Amino acid sequence: MSTQDAPASTVLPERLTAFVRALRGHGIRVGPAETVDAAAVLQVLGLADRERIREGLAAALLRADRQRTVFDATFDLYFPLGTGELAATRAAPAADLTELRDRLAEALAANDASALTQLAGEAVDMLGGYGPTGSSGPTGTGGWSAHQTLDRLRPQTLLARVLASGRTGGSGGTDGSGASGGSGASGGFTERLEADEIRRRIEDFRGRVRGEARRRVAERRGTDEIARRGVAPSADQVDFLVANREQLAELRRTLQPLARKLATRLTARRRRAARGQIDIRRTLRRSLSTGGVPLRPAHRRHRPARPEIVLLCDVSGSAAGFANFTMLLVQAMRDQFSRVRVYAFVNRVDEVTRLITTGGADPAGLGHRIATEATVSGWHGSSDYGSALGEFAERHLDAVGPRTSVLVLGDARTNGFDPNVPALRRIAARARRVHWLNPEGPAHWGTGDSAAHAYAEVVDMHACRNARRLGELVTRLLPV
Amino acid sequence: MAEQEDRPGGDGTGFFSSVDDVVGRLAEVGYLASTAVATTVFLADRLGKPLLVEGPAGVGKTELAKAVARVGGARLVRLQCYEGIDESRALYEWNHAKQLLRITAGRDESWDDTRTDIFSDEFLLTRPLLTAIRGDEPTVLLIDETDKADVEVEGLLLEVLSDFQVTVPELGTITATRRPFTVLTSNATRELSEALRRRCLFLHLDFPDAELEQRIVRLKVPGLDAVLADSLVRVIAALRAMELRKAPSVAETIDWARTLLALGADTLDESVVRDSLGVVLKHQDDIAKAAQGLTLL
Repeated sequence: MSTQDAPASTVLPERLTAFVRALRGHGIRVGPAETVDAAAVLQVLGLADRERIREGLAAALLRADRQRTVFDATFDLYFPLGTGELAATRAAPAADLTELRDRLAEALAANDASALTQLAGEAVDMLGGYGPTGSSGPTGTGGWSAHQTLDRLRPQTLLARVLASGRTGGSGGTDGSGASGGSGASGGFTERLEADEIRRRIEDFRGRVRGEARRRVAERRGTDEIARRGVAPSADQVDFLVANREQLAELRRTLQPLARKLATRLTARRRRAARGQIDIRRTLRRSLSTGGVPLRPAHRRHRPARPEIVLLCDVSGSAAGFANFTMLLVQAMRDQFSRVRVYAFVNRVDEVTRLITTGGADPAGLGHRIATEATVSGWHGSSDYGSALGEFAERHLDAVGPRTSVLVLGDARTNGFDPNVPALRRIAARARRVHWLNPEGPAHWGTGDSAAHAYAEVVDMHACRNARRLGELVTRLLPV
Repeated sequence: MAEQEDRPGGDGTGFFSSVDDVVGRLAEVGYLASTAVATTVFLADRLGKPLLVEGPAGVGKTELAKAVARVGGARLVRLQCYEGIDESRALYEWNHAKQLLRITAGRDESWDDTRTDIFSDEFLLTRPLLTAIRGDEPTVLLIDETDKADVEVEGLLLEVLSDFQVTVPELGTITATRRPFTVLTSNATRELSEALRRRCLFLHLDFPDAELEQRIVRLKVPGLDAVLADSLVRVIAALRAMELRKAPSVAETIDWARTLLALGADTLDESVVRDSLGVVLKHQDDIAKAAQGLTLL
């Protein structure tokens, strides 16, 4: 509408298309039509308010909420708050680390968002620089590191201090070393929440520092490159094998919606399957009344039986994150199956179905409970597929019947032990289908101690590196 | 007609003049909007695109459409989607019974006369989508729980939502004289098709931040003490941070506030929280876990 941003008219389209390209690089599908929409958004909103532009562009470019974190990080790179040191930072820089920590503690206690952003800027400027970071220097090796900043600033150690300052303001000064038992009479109840609230604020501040460091580095090295490398992928695209604790926790939060979505897809498939098959005998019989012309085809009646699932999971070391997530997913979808049984192994097999059923209330502690309450390992702690499969075929084979689909989860790394392929063959002979989900990509199969190819000859093996792929496989492979 | 609103292409519903206007006028009718909501509503209004609102249950998706209707003084046309909804429920249907009566009544007429007559407006039963397009007055079209409908219905929506027109073979194409402000809501139980998403502006409506939620509680439950509202919202935030099967939404926050008001509680303490936790959490596992997390026992 307004033409006030005429000078930006050549820069802005370029920036927008570069931004869109970066989003595409992260697997967000943005077509030209959306880009045009985004340009219309910029025109309608003007360039006055950054947060509004962020929301407006998100509305035009995004199609699902899971894309939002990637979008935000990329947006901060292409539409930064400012360049170089931010204006507010220059106005009143902190003299030293102690003062910075003092002000950070204050801002955390007050939950002052703008002050926290500014402090993140100051912190990166003061503590994060490495190499020759002079503003006139050549684009060389220097830069800013969020890790270094946080390492020196140690915001997590401020927790006790912020808690204490909050309490002296409110009620009597107890020492702030955690949520003390609620002896306080008035307003005492919310006191126990404080520690967690401040922990969340500190985590938020760390995010701000990371964003700020990315922005500063991007200025130096070129936005496109940092947008490609420095922005973390969305949770459902994180590789299971390299996911850290926070990413796994975030994945677990998506579990219920994902389970519901997959259940809907399975129901749709089931309905189609029930419609699809023609019952020849009944169709011919029916055609007799129309002179032998099959006018009304009869469909085969769908047996109201639901499939049985047996999960066989490697819960050792790195594969544990993948296995735990899948177990919880299948458990969350349990009403889709007539029976779900879960077995875990490292080098010995034990049934853990009951641990998972009760584990719905505490998904984070599942791995620990399996390790302590079930017998999954014998004399040593490294995984041995051969003896685990052998033991399963020996002792638990009655769990597998002609209606059972078996899912084996694991990387098929045998640590040099005998892979015991005949045991897997015995399981496969008894089950309706056996699928193997491998968290490693096909390129790694058969390398080192991996027996993936040997197993793949007996059963279908699928690479399943992230949650999105797992969702696809679950809807495709599971019988209806 | 009005020269402001009829810009080339005829897009835009023209309810709002700026983002601040959206915030102010939605607040007047009792809907407190975050920056994301206000900006997106303004864009939907300006660009004349449908607004797809996704988010957990109870955060005010349907309420948003109602609030916009109240602000714009528009009639609200609602299409509630469910499994098995079809063209005749969503778009239009011929009134067969009445057509038959008409044919029997005019027995000695020629077929041509009858035909032109029975396929006229009088025998057309308009369903929500067609109703929303035909009227001249400002309209808000709410397509609720779009994800519950079958995939085929999405195909039906495509024509309606991209060009705001409906083709009835016997009558020709009916184009909207005035674009309705369209809101689609979805709980994301199923992925909506890419084609439908592409035609919409996307808004993910999440739980509001603490400050906004406090204002919402104070607005909806005016009798509640400010300090109590503050601690209430903080407890809710703590509950949401736990890994629960169903995190409490805004509707539950307001319910809880009303409960506390009815109980006459003036501060939150352990016994009050323990006794009323069932208002906020709907699963026994969740209640047990929350009790443990809040160290109630």
